[in-house]
Amino acid sequence: MLEESREELMRFMLLFSRQGKLRLQKWYLATSDKERKKMVRELMQVVLARKPKMCSFLEWRDLKVVYKRYASLYFCCAIEGQDNELITLELIHRYVELLDKYFGSVCELDIIFNFEKAYFILDEFLMGGDVQDTSKKSVLKAIEQADLLQEEDESPRSVLEEMGLA
Amino acid sequence: LSRGYKKTKCTDFGRKKCEHLYLMSFHIQRMPAPIRLRELIRTIRTARTQAEEREMIQKECAAIRSSFREEDNTYRCRNVAKLLYMHMLGYPAHFGQLECLKLIASQKFTDKRIGYLGAMLLLDERQDVHLLMTNCIKNDLNHSTQFVQGLALCTLGCMGSSEMCRDLAGEVEKLLKTSNSYLRKKAALCAVHVIRKVPELMEMFLPATKNLLNEKNHGVLHTSVVLLTEMCERSPDMLAHFRKLVPQLVRILKNLIMSGYSPEHDVSGISDPFLQVRILRLLRILGRNDDDSSEAMNDILAQVATNTETSKNVGNAILYETVLTIMDIKSESGLRVLAINILGRFLLNNDKNIRYVALTSLLKTVQTDHNAVQRHRSTIVDCLKDLDVSIKRRAMELSFALVNGNNIRGMMKELLYFLDSCEPEFKADCASGIFLAAEKYAPSKRWHIDTIMRVLTTAGSYVRDDAVPNLIQLITNSVEMHAYTVQRLYKAILGDYSQQPLVQVAAWCIGEYGDLLVSGQCEEEEPIQVTEDEVLDILESVLISNMSTSVTRGYALTAIMKLSTRFTCTVNRIKKVVSIYGSSIDVELQQRAVEYNALFKKYDHMRSALLERMPVMEKVTTNGPTEIVQTNGETEPAPLETKPPPSGPQPTSQANDLLDLLGGNDITPVIPTAPTSKPSSAGGELLDLLGDINLTGAPAAAPAPASVPQISQPPFLLDGLSSQPLFNDIAAGIPSITAYSKNGLKIEFTFERSNTNPSVTVITIQASNSTELDMTDFVFQAAVPKTFQLQLLSPSSSIVPAFNTGTITQVIKVLNPQKQQLRMRIKLTYNHKGSAMQDLAEVNNFPPQSWQ
Repeated sequence: MLEESREELMRFMLLFSRQGKLRLQKWYLATSDKERKKMVRELMQVVLARKPKMCSFLEWRDLKVVYKRYASLYFCCAIEGQDNELITLELIHRYVELLDKYFGSVCELDIIFNFEKAYFILDEFLMGGDVQDTSKKSVLKAIEQADLLQEEDESPRSVLEEMGLA
Repeated sequence: LSRGYKKTKCTDFGRKKCEHLYLMSFHIQRMPAPIRLRELIRTIRTARTQAEEREMIQKECAAIRSSFREEDNTYRCRNVAKLLYMHMLGYPAHFGQLECLKLIASQKFTDKRIGYLGAMLLLDERQDVHLLMTNCIKNDLNHSTQFVQGLALCTLGCMGSSEMCRDLAGEVEKLLKTSNSYLRKKAALCAVHVIRKVPELMEMFLPATKNLLNEKNHGVLHTSVVLLTEMCERSPDMLAHFRKLVPQLVRILKNLIMSGYSPEHDVSGISDPFLQVRILRLLRILGRNDDDSSEAMNDILAQVATNTETSKNVGNAILYETVLTIMDIKSESGLRVLAINILGRFLLNNDKNIRYVALTSLLKTVQTDHNAVQRHRSTIVDCLKDLDVSIKRRAMELSFALVNGNNIRGMMKELLYFLDSCEPEFKADCASGIFLAAEKYAPSKRWHIDTIMRVLTTAGSYVRDDAVPNLIQLITNSVEMHAYTVQRLYKAILGDYSQQPLVQVAAWCIGEYGDLLVSGQCEEEEPIQVTEDEVLDILESVLISNMSTSVTRGYALTAIMKLSTRFTCTVNRIKKVVSIYGSSIDVELQQRAVEYNALFKKYDHMRSALLERMPVMEKVTTNGPTEIVQTNGETEPAPLETKPPPSGPQPTSQANDLLDLLGGNDITPVIPTAPTSKPSSAGGELLDLLGDINLTGAPAAAPAPASVPQISQPPFLLDGLSSQPLFNDIAAGIPSITAYSKNGLKIEFTFERSNTNPSVTVITIQASNSTELDMTDFVFQAAVPKTFQLQLLSPSSSIVPAFNTGTITQVIKVLNPQKQQLRMRIKLTYNHKGSAMQDLAEVNNFPPQSWQ
């Protein structure tokens, strides 16, 4: 049986700055590195060319793109098929809220310097492009506990170890 | 140091200490600690140029590479993290792939976290190396720490290949049944991915879905609904099976709406909108095509539709999903009207996004609920003026869908205004849409022509090429508007002849109706005063202009030629122009000019007949969904092909062969024409009347494209007959003859003559085959003496079936103005029994009634 294209599927999510610097890319459909680069470059151009008064949705290739700007960062989701664009906007907003809660008044620099954490949070919120948990509290709690686990994990290091001498 | 060693060699401890120091000395020289991630990020950001950044990256990559080579467990995590950062900047990181796998296999949670992240970013199922993850994931799915299990589920659920999914589906299924809601929700989404990758595995998840909806945990509920949706979409059996869940889903939705404030899931006063939307979507799928289910959800849909708070986007998101569901299931009419009214209200919303969504939905429903959507027409038309391109496009599409006989005048005004002011990317579609709408609903011919004129003059360069022949046909058939049309077109290109489609149509019309133009016969508006010279001026300007394409020039030259029979004072000028272009560099133009020249010089007696007014053309419509009105094959791509004199020569090879056919002394050799590779058109090939060959090569095996039936014949040149099918004014009474019979192939001629034109004889040939094998690629060619003219129409097929089980029929029209005795030479080529056959013959046994 052929893999049919699903009615709703998020293909990827991108975060990028107004200068066109990529800050996060999450792909939910297997795509080669080369193809990804091409798509990212192209889509960034299209989105950055949009004027502020325009709506948050555009058609690009065979996909629908939902994007929203928060301060200096663009959050961009590419969805296939018949998805509900308005709820995707809510989804983006929820992710921003999670980041905000986690970092405390999140700004672009937080995402730059802690990109791996941004991924961890995203991966706790979405899987395969779908929402795992609709409770903000629940997602944040899980991240917190995982962070704790990471800290416990790291055994105390001696000074020498720090210097790389042991 | 060696001194130090000697000094302390006496004690064991001392010795150990010194060994340590000794070894450490190497360490210090060899391996500084890899810099931390944030340190690297900070450093790279200080780079002022791309080159500087690249240098830093390369340096760090080199360090990381050697670190990897050292198999250093301590810093592997840090190094991979750095690599991931550099990968995001666009630098290659493939050498870290195996390292990710090592991290995943590590026991430390930190390692696994980065390792799985790295795997998701750097690996994909295209590379075999990803399969090495399978075992690790399997172990981690059974890990004692739920966060490790979570990592494994997430990775599998995002990027698991079919093979991995196959291997691990069992583990996922196990976790789907766990009581740990943290894992259960993830397992559900992971199962969704597994099913997408390996649909056959769907069945195995069925038992685990039994109690999914009984969960209180919203995360599990949400992902369960997603899983159920996926299963129902993929399998009609699953769909039927899960229909029984409708009441439960309705209940859950009701609770969400009615329940009090739940801070954990609240968004702007709405309880868990994500879950609501998902349930609405599942209900849509379950209610589709099912009356009972649709009825069971009717009330809740009405409730959501009326009670949802619409001040924020989140409320509208739910309303939107509700509308989609209402329109897709078998809802009662009241509910449907409610839904469309919601969309109508959306159209008036200040929020662009809402307007956009409304237009999209209305476009989907305009077919089924046309009248309801019509009520919102004026709002939709207002959206044409929106600043947002996406909204404009949708408004345009919707507007075209709403045009009908009642509102055509008003709508067209708006659409023409839109055409004037819209972005270039819209103009072609808009022009096409206007032409279509005008064709369907034009209240009058004058209005129709005016509308076409308006489009051509405002968006003349965006009009699609295929519109030109359509328009020409339209104009030709609007006989009473000819004078008006040519006058308006003339005025239009007088100022500006850069818009090619406009110029082409204008040139054609001027060529056809130039006499009306100069005689000032226009009734519809004030006739203009224009002289023959002025008309020729503009056509010559088009010829010379750099802006004119080759096709346009062809139109102009032919138009000039046609005017030689319509104008009285300027024939010499026309002759001059024609002869000049006989040496044009443009081959197409040169050829035409040469032929027209020949028309002047040697065949002047034929000129007026050849350049006669075009008859009304029969229209053939396609059956495509786009309903683009298409003329028959011949009038595309340029109607010039069908007009006299035909400009395309015969394929040279055929011309050469046919030379052999004509041996007789009353047949003069053909005028050499430039060889072109003219593709055989769908309809019959046109005659080259200038050559004395008077032959056509019927395209050997030219299957007409499915959408163009070969009903209409090319405009019949010889006797000004319209392209009606063959007349039968005179009954038979003319005996048929067997023109040829040899080697099992028999060709019979039957005759018909016209009441209206005694010079015309129509011969229908029928070829039959009495052998045991089919004759394929059958081509019939004919030549007649100089005083005759001949037109060969398309054959019915190219295969003469064996055992006389069928025939090929073909029509020949012969013009015999001098009433000479009819003689014909024929040439037959076909494939039979694996070999190519060819035969020549003379037909001399025409009955007198066929030509006298």
